[in-house]
Amino acid sequence: MTITKLVLIELWKRKSQLITGLLAITLGIAVIVAIQSVAVVSEQNVAKNLDNLGANILVLPQAASIDDYYTSDIDAPTLPIDYVERILESTIAGVDNMSPKLTRRVSVNGKSVVLTGILPKSEIASKPLWQSSGLLGKQLTTSCAPSQTANQSHGMEDEKLKRKAIDTLYSEDCMAGSQVAKKLSLTANKKINILGKEFMVVKVLPETGTVDDDRIFANLKDVQALLKIENQVSAIEIMGCCNAISEGLLGQLRNILPDTRVTSINQIVSTQIETNQLMRKVTLVMLIIIFFVGGISIGNYIWANVNERKREIGILRMMGAERMTIYKMFLLKALLLGIAGGILGFLLGTLAGVILGPYLAGIVVKPLYIYLVWSILLSITIALAGSLIPTYLAAKFDPHSNLQED
Amino acid sequence: MILKGENVFKQYQHTSGKISALDHVSFGVENGDFVTVTGPSGSGKSTLLLSIFGLIRLTSGTIFFNGNRIDNMSDRHLTEIRKKSVGYILQSFALVPYLTTIQNVMIPLALEKVSKKEQQNRAEEILEYVGLSDRKDHLPRELSAGQQQRVAIARSIVHRPQIIMADEPTGNLDPALSGEILEFLRKINRENKITIMMVTHSPMAAGFGTRRLHLSEGKIINH
Repeated sequence: MTITKLVLIELWKRKSQLITGLLAITLGIAVIVAIQSVAVVSEQNVAKNLDNLGANILVLPQAASIDDYYTSDIDAPTLPIDYVERILESTIAGVDNMSPKLTRRVSVNGKSVVLTGILPKSEIASKPLWQSSGLLGKQLTTSCAPSQTANQSHGMEDEKLKRKAIDTLYSEDCMAGSQVAKKLSLTANKKINILGKEFMVVKVLPETGTVDDDRIFANLKDVQALLKIENQVSAIEIMGCCNAISEGLLGQLRNILPDTRVTSINQIVSTQIETNQLMRKVTLVMLIIIFFVGGISIGNYIWANVNERKREIGILRMMGAERMTIYKMFLLKALLLGIAGGILGFLLGTLAGVILGPYLAGIVVKPLYIYLVWSILLSITIALAGSLIPTYLAAKFDPHSNLQED
Repeated sequence: MILKGENVFKQYQHTSGKISALDHVSFGVENGDFVTVTGPSGSGKSTLLLSIFGLIRLTSGTIFFNGNRIDNMSDRHLTEIRKKSVGYILQSFALVPYLTTIQNVMIPLALEKVSKKEQQNRAEEILEYVGLSDRKDHLPRELSAGQQQRVAIARSIVHRPQIIMADEPTGNLDPALSGEILEFLRKINRENKITIMMVTHSPMAAGFGTRRLHLSEGKIINH
């Protein structure tokens, strides 16, 4: 016989009371786990969708206009391409991909088109600093490119997205957007003269319904030379991790590039930030409610248990049980309740999330096993906090008065 | 002398005024004595028994156990003395309802952190001694009143105390069972040399003691 065994026997012999004691804390933990399971998957889904949109941060010269995010690089003032290296050297977290580009309106065959110089992946790979930064490991791509990993992992075979990942674009090669190709009657392998230099159209890009349809893409170095703007770019597009944006990535970029304008796809990012903040607030409110409701419920159960066992406490104290033994008896019971409540709450909450997620949020929720640890820790904290006062009072009981309850 | 009380005084505050449960009582108990404490209801018998090892705190007076003053000891020290040196038997048996016979008997050993194997051996030995080996896995509610009191006796001696404090141990038993329990207590007193101090209002039970303290209105009338 040990005190632990005594606690276990008592719990087992009074199962019906145990169930009522467990119910509140289990349901409380289940609610939090269910909300969090849905919220986390929802956040991940929004983040993935943002990734698939391509670049979501634009670094422009201070004087550039940002009335239209998607065309703000056209004819904009320039900034040094060295700023790309400055970002890489800064070790800012959350920069997934970067793409410097130079864009100008030019006249081709008497028609106005937008020429965009981009840095293909093969050239980025040749820069030692960029390699050492680890950015290549994150599938650094060019020109609003979503990461290949993201596309592949989600089974996206969308040509509109795939075509943005430009691995190679040799000097004197170019790619034409669908609208500009129609306008200039361009087809693959046809030659085109841009500002006196001949380019081979290696590909006509499929229609995307965006401003890219009106652009001709050529190697950044060629475009810089043609426009006589060496080592300058009109914009650096960045794919920022959605959570990093909400946690202040824009501000960090502004700190290291003070003479630039750093902007984002405001509507999408702010909506995401608001959604994330709302979910966090809801979870926090639920957490506070559950802490008090669960704590009071467990405290009430332990207090009822203490009152029911007054005589037993008196008997044990009479036989030489120290106050610490009484503390141990009830706190151990609360601990076991906390562990059981945490596990059951996690299972119930996860089940609710998996079943209700597709109906309520249109998402597929999978169990987040890390929440099992958090559920148990939270449940134990609530159970112990709720049991402190009843346990303290139990140990303070006068053994004699309890023995006289015969 | 194992136990000695000098000017033991206990006063309760009541709505009707102060009540003296023990009025400057002095007594002595020798090692191996079987002392019975008698007196009418409200005479202070149980108060005396429970106050000796700190279950009730005295208003004034001194108590010595094995020559050491204990009335002014901390709760922790008195708990330690009760755990190691004292066994209690109460009128209501005071068994833990959800524990089996053997588990109830093991409690004092568990409090002393005796090894599981030794707990098992000693509890089985004591249950054999009180004739309840065949009831060791029964719950208290599955036992008769006499058997429950024998479990309580087994529990009070399993840790080999120096003294047993018994408060009306036969109060809930019929005369036949009372005689059986009292015989048993006398056997423990004689065979194990354990001092017993027993409160009773029964003259028959009082006859089993080797010495008698008679209380009336909180005072000892005769030794």
